[in-house]
This record gives sequence, structure tokens and C-alpha cells, in this order.
Amino acid sequence: MTALLSLSGVSRRFDNGTQAIARLDMDVAPREFVSLVGPSGCGKSTALRIIAGLLTPDTGTVTFPDEKPEIGFVFQEPTLMPWGSALTNVRLPLDLEHMNRGESNDRAARALKRVGLSGFEKAFPRELSGGMKMRVSIARAIAAEPKLLLMDEPFAALDELTRQALNDDLLKLWAEDELTVIFVTHSVYESTYLSSRVVVMTPRPGRVAADIALSPPPIRDESYRLTPDFTQAAGRVSAALKHAMAA
Amino acid sequence: MNAALKYIVPAAVGVTALLLWEWRVHASGISPLVLAAPSDIWAAFLANFDVLMGALWTTLRVTMIAFVFAVFGGVAVAILFSQSRLIEFAFYPFAIILQVTPVVAIAPLLLIWIGYDNITTVLVVLAWIISFFSILSNMVVGLRSADHNLVDLLKLYGASRWQIFWRLQLPGALPYLLSGMKVSGGLALIGAVTAELVAGSGNDTGLGWIITLAGRNLETAKVFAALAMLSVLGIAIFFALTALEWALLHRWHDSAVKKQS
Repeated sequence: MTALLSLSGVSRRFDNGTQAIARLDMDVAPREFVSLVGPSGCGKSTALRIIAGLLTPDTGTVTFPDEKPEIGFVFQEPTLMPWGSALTNVRLPLDLEHMNRGESNDRAARALKRVGLSGFEKAFPRELSGGMKMRVSIARAIAAEPKLLLMDEPFAALDELTRQALNDDLLKLWAEDELTVIFVTHSVYESTYLSSRVVVMTPRPGRVAADIALSPPPIRDESYRLTPDFTQAAGRVSAALKHAMAA
Repeated sequence: MNAALKYIVPAAVGVTALLLWEWRVHASGISPLVLAAPSDIWAAFLANFDVLMGALWTTLRVTMIAFVFAVFGGVAVAILFSQSRLIEFAFYPFAIILQVTPVVAIAPLLLIWIGYDNITTVLVVLAWIISFFSILSNMVVGLRSADHNLVDLLKLYGASRWQIFWRLQLPGALPYLLSGMKVSGGLALIGAVTAELVAGSGNDTGLGWIITLAGRNLETAKVFAALAMLSVLGIAIFFALTALEWALLHRWHDSAVKKQS
């Protein structure tokens, strides 16, 4: 299958001299759910920003063999405009492309409904819980109907139950919208639950230490976390991460 | 604290202070030329009501014109600074020089340049100089404080520089602007009065000039009456701007949201 995107020999050094990424080679196929796992500072977020085009690599290239897809981005923080209602926030990417107000409102309201926030259109971010804010952030990302969704530790600050609920909602969106997702996380269990593939990175400067293909059931729920398959898959990711850290 | 106590306590302190002041002046026989009793000040206020109210209007007008120019000018210059570091580097030092130079020292020059027949303009310019900088500095910080991730997000969606400014930087700077306006409003009033003290008065007499004249004539009660009116005016400006801040921010900004206890 033709890759949706390819990273080839990508490296990046910051102005302060820190080499964030040494050399990153990676292909991502359409509809894959890839998690980037690695210790803090290994360049996961930098890689995501390079893919998004927010940073340029010092060496190497990011190529999209077909045309560059519409990209959605979800940050670790909800990154909402505090002065705007949930609807206004979700509508942002649509407003930027000058979509007419009626259509953009409809699409934003639909996106909010899909993340379980129907009825909260007029709520301001400060009136929402952490999990709800993150749902608004995801709604904003899917409202623009992206093909590639980049997520930078989006659920790291949430409690475990909210995180698991959002994991399931994300999988549903991934399946329904035929998305390709690149998901940065520190959590071995989260990456194992969500991904069809886990890329483990070395400590700074980041390189690919292991590329692990997983075979989770296409439809999974709470019970999957208790299966031997899940435990075994998590064990593989965990072992690869320990090996990468020790290297 | 009980909400009513927040008003009752300072009011009680104020009334007690006035009563003590009244008693002390009468009991000690202090000359009314040195310290007027509150009752004398009230009498002076009533006796000079028309003059004082006219002066209040004059001072308020100068204050408001200077304040409006400070807001629009400060915001406009801050926008220029936020769009170009080069412009900021080139002009920010001069804005600081304007701010730190005592207005009293600039007044004679402005009188020469603008003319003694145009005192009101001199007063407005002097009050503007004093009140402009707090708007400028707050607005510059506000425009710079946009969430970097949001800026990146807008760039990712192909936003133009204008869209980033209009949709993100400007609304994000509003709390900073309103905070600057609360300081600037008070400074504009101080500037208007100070300007009158140093530049004199034009055709219309403001409270600053009333204080100058009454002081020269040893009309101490009238000086106090004018001072009290200035205090009330300053408080009114502060509360009006606080109300504006609440109206614009109370739904979304922490500074205007009631703490939950």
C-alpha cells in the first residue's frame, strides 16, 4: 500500500543547541493508527510538528506521496480560545476558510454531538471540565474533516476513567472517518490499546528504536484491556521501551 | 466576609473620620485658613456649586478626550509594535522617554509650541502623555501573550497574519487592555489636573485651576471641596472602567469571574 506520508532522514536541532531528533525514518500508511512512544524529550512532539509543517527539519524530508492531506492537530492542552463558546471554538477552522456561517454552525454542532457534547454549544471553556475541554478540542480537529489527525499527548492530564472513555471515543472517530492517526503518548497501555502500530523512540536525540505491529481487534472495549492478548502486546511495547531507554 | 459588611465597614470608618475631623477642628480652634471643618467644606461646596460643577465638567472633558486618545493611540501603536519587531525597537525607547520625562517639565515647551491662546489643547496633550503609556505597555504585552499552540493551530489551518491578529491576538489582549485602561483613566485625571496646575487655564476653568486660585486666596474650604470632587470623579472613572471590564470579561476571564468558595 502507498504510504500516506514518509519521513526520511529527518533531524532537528533547536536554537539552544539541543539535538531533538537525530535521524527519523518512518512510513505511515493510510488509516493506520500509529503511536509514538518514548521518554520525555526524545523528540516525539517535535516529530509531530515537523509532520504538521509547523517546524522544518534540518535534514531529511517529509513527503506525502499523494497530495498533502487535510491535517487536524490536538495538543496536550485543550488549547481553546477562552473568549469563545464551544461552538465558536469548534467552528474556528471552518471560519478560517470562510465557510458560510449557517453551514459552519451545523458542522460544528455535529462535531460536538459526535464527541458527546450536544447541548454544550454555548458553554465557555471555563464552564467545562478538563475532559469536556479536550472533547471540544477533538471536535474542532474533526470539524475540518481531516484525513490525518496528529495528537500530542492529548489525554495525559486527564484522570484514568476519562482517559479510557476518550480512548474509546477516539477509536470510534478513527473508524467512522477513516482517519490516519499519529498519536504521541508516554503510556504503554494507552498506545497498546489504541494502536495498530507502536513506534518506540530512543532517548534524545530521538531515533526509531523499535517498530511494533499490533493486531488489536477492530472493535474493542473495556474487556480487551483484560485479555491475555492485550497484556502480551503491552509487554512487547514495554520491553521495547526499556531496551530503548537502556541503549 | 458578609457582602453588606464590605460596604458598611468602610462607610462607618469614613463617617467616623469626618466626625472626628469636625470635632477636632472646633475643639482645638485651628484656623479655618489652615484646616477647614467638613461642615465648612460642604458650605463652600454649596456656595460655589455652579463654579465647581462647571470646573468639574471642564476637567472631566479634558480627562475624557485625553483618555480616548490614549486608548486609541496606545492600541494603534501597540498593534504596530506587535506586527514588527523593527518598529518596536525603533520607537519603544522614545515612548519610554515620553513616559519618564516629568510632565511639569514639558508644559512650558508645549505652551510655546501650541500657544497660550490654546491652553485646552495643551492640557489634553499633557494628560494624554501621562495616560498613554499604560495603555501601550499593557497592550503590547497582551498582543504578545497569545497562546503559542493556538497560533500554531491557526497557521496549520492556513490562517493569514490578519486572521491570527483578528481572531487570536486582539481578543486575547482585551484583559490586558482593560487593565491598562483602569490605570490610564486615573492617570488621565491626574494629568488633566497637573496640567492645569502648571499650564494654567484657558477659557474654561477646571478643578486644578480652581484649587490654584482658591489656595492663593486662602479659601481652604473651597480647596477641600474641589479636592473632594476630584476624588469622587477619580472613583467614578475607576468604577465605570471596572464595570466595563466586568461586562466584557465576566463570562470567560478569571480576573472577572467570582471565586467559587
